[in-house]
Amino acid sequence: MTLQELFNNKKEALLNIYFTAGFPKLNSMPQILSALEEAGVDMVEIGMPYSDPLSDGPTIQESSAIAIKNGITTDLIFQQLEKSTSKIPKIMMGYFNAVFQYGIEKFCEKCKKAGIAGVILPDLPINIYQEKYQAIFEQYGLSIIFLVTPETSEERIRYIDKCSTSFIYAVSSSSTTGKETGMQAAKEYLNQLKKMNLNKPLMLGFNISKKEDFDFAATYTSGGIIGSAFIKHIKNSQNLPQDIKSFVQSIRPKN
Amino acid sequence: MKQTYQVNKNGFYGEYGGAFIPEMLYPNIKELQESYIAITASQEFQKELKQLLHDYVGRPTPLYFAKRLSEHYGAAIYLKREDLCHTGAHKINNALGQILLAKKLNKTRIIAETGAGQHGVATATACALMGMQCFVYMGAKDIKRQAPNVARMKMLGAEIIPVNSGSKTLKDATNEAIRDWINNPKNTHYIIGSVVGPHPYPDMVARFQSVISEEIKKQLNENPTHIIACIGGGSNAIGAFYHYLYNENVQLIGVEAAGKGIDTTDTAATLALGKQGVLHACMTTLLQTADGQVVEPYSISAGLDYPGIGPQHAHLHKTERVKYDNVTDKEALDAAHFLSKTEGIIPALESAHALAYLDKMQIEPTDKIIINLSGRGDKDLETLTKNL
Ligand SMILES: Cc1ncc(COP(=O)(O)O)c(C=O)c1O
Repeated sequence: MTLQELFNNKKEALLNIYFTAGFPKLNSMPQILSALEEAGVDMVEIGMPYSDPLSDGPTIQESSAIAIKNGITTDLIFQQLEKSTSKIPKIMMGYFNAVFQYGIEKFCEKCKKAGIAGVILPDLPINIYQEKYQAIFEQYGLSIIFLVTPETSEERIRYIDKCSTSFIYAVSSSSTTGKETGMQAAKEYLNQLKKMNLNKPLMLGFNISKKEDFDFAATYTSGGIIGSAFIKHIKNSQNLPQDIKSFVQSIRPKN
Repeated sequence: MKQTYQVNKNGFYGEYGGAFIPEMLYPNIKELQESYIAITASQEFQKELKQLLHDYVGRPTPLYFAKRLSEHYGAAIYLKREDLCHTGAHKINNALGQILLAKKLNKTRIIAETGAGQHGVATATACALMGMQCFVYMGAKDIKRQAPNVARMKMLGAEIIPVNSGSKTLKDATNEAIRDWINNPKNTHYIIGSVVGPHPYPDMVARFQSVISEEIKKQLNENPTHIIACIGGGSNAIGAFYHYLYNENVQLIGVEAAGKGIDTTDTAATLALGKQGVLHACMTTLLQTADGQVVEPYSISAGLDYPGIGPQHAHLHKTERVKYDNVTDKEALDAAHFLSKTEGIIPALESAHALAYLDKMQIEPTDKIIINLSGRGDKDLETLTKNL
């Protein structure tokens, strides 16, 4: 399923779960993917660990450090993806340096082969992307997802809307990931976004940790993205499929 | 086309530089990019900064002819005495410039990263002077090895935030400072301590440090044959090179920290061993694995213990305008002891790397060599005297 189809056909708020590849164990990814798919999650963000994740708080810093220690590499991530049978729409999320070292074109090619729908590189600014890399991403049919924040001007939000090809990642507060400060402060900003009537759908991310946060996200946007809270939940898991199921249940109960 | 060594309008030096920032920092960086030249070039700003550099820092710093050192090496050797700046290193030149800028931008809260603690002390000093809140991020390992500077920062009223992630040194202190800025985008200015980070920092910090070579030009009526400076991020070096970049008669030499040697993994010699990549929001040369993970560097000197280098240096390296070499911990220690005994000047361990290069170079009797003595060694006494 393409991202466009996913957004066009959605019946309820979309749940997007972020996890770090290579965490908690080097080879956890295929198991996590199947469990998330089985639990009814709508899409996943696969975190490619980086030693210096500037936009991330302590939880994802730690999961990244553990994954690197476990021996994860970009190549291994693609190998694990090739083995996975999950059909869930997938987005790769990482920092630019890892992709740059891997080779932009080789990375895009591998993404395409692995059925990746889109890429989030928070430290690759739009202008540099357009000037240097857009042609390659388009050649391989990869969507790139940009962020907007409460500090982003209306003019720039409209520009980002124009440059986006699938959805826009709305960051809930001006912060790094995993703050758990609650969502209420984002109200005004989200109302503003809603009123702007953007062409591309929005997903709300950062600091969503429980059902109330997710429901709140759903009232303003197409859905929510959960990262740090999920990472914490599976950090010491002895039974990944079961713990993942219970986590997803707690966010979006199915009767 | 004539080679250019300055930043272009997009923030790049050749293929290096740029602003690889997350969207959260876009408004802050854009504000700086759009205003830093206009504000810092204004007459009012220049007048205020010059006055402070003169009355408060004690500039111009002497260009000292080191007689006994010259006799030893058989050439004229001059020391640019940045160690005599208030607070003991060149870092104050930049801290004062940036705090004046922060005031013009109506910021009330200042954050900084520090390795050796010199930039932290300089920033804490500038904040005390201007009555601003100051938070300094410092790696837990550096807090231990630079205790005197930690005490000074506290005395000056700064809050020190220990960083326990990663290598617990300068790289991770910088990460944490950037994360702080992401979390406090409105009232906070981040005073970066070297010519690193997103555009316009490398250019802005270079301009503030360029006072070093501006003074040298006035102090030495002829061309030096060589200017030698140590390189962590590269701010004292760029400051000493700045007004000679287009004067090809002057050989410019940057000295990195080899740590235990560039054939070991305990090293911080970025240009000798690194590859192109992005760290701290700029494209530069980095110590990294094949997979793009940044490697934790090592040097006995906390101020040089950095896995990257300013993008302008990466460009000056690529264009071969500046020669870059490296010296080991031991060579730097020996040079520090030698300068102390021959000239009565105890240098910072960082600056001792530049001094140590004198033993590695071919010296002619007609040479006029300037060493940028970026800081004094008070903070390093424990390390320097461990084996006495
Ligand atoms: C005395 C001294 N010299 C040099 C440096 C290295 O920094 P840079 O390369 O930016 O001059 C430091 C950094 O802490 C320092 O304290």
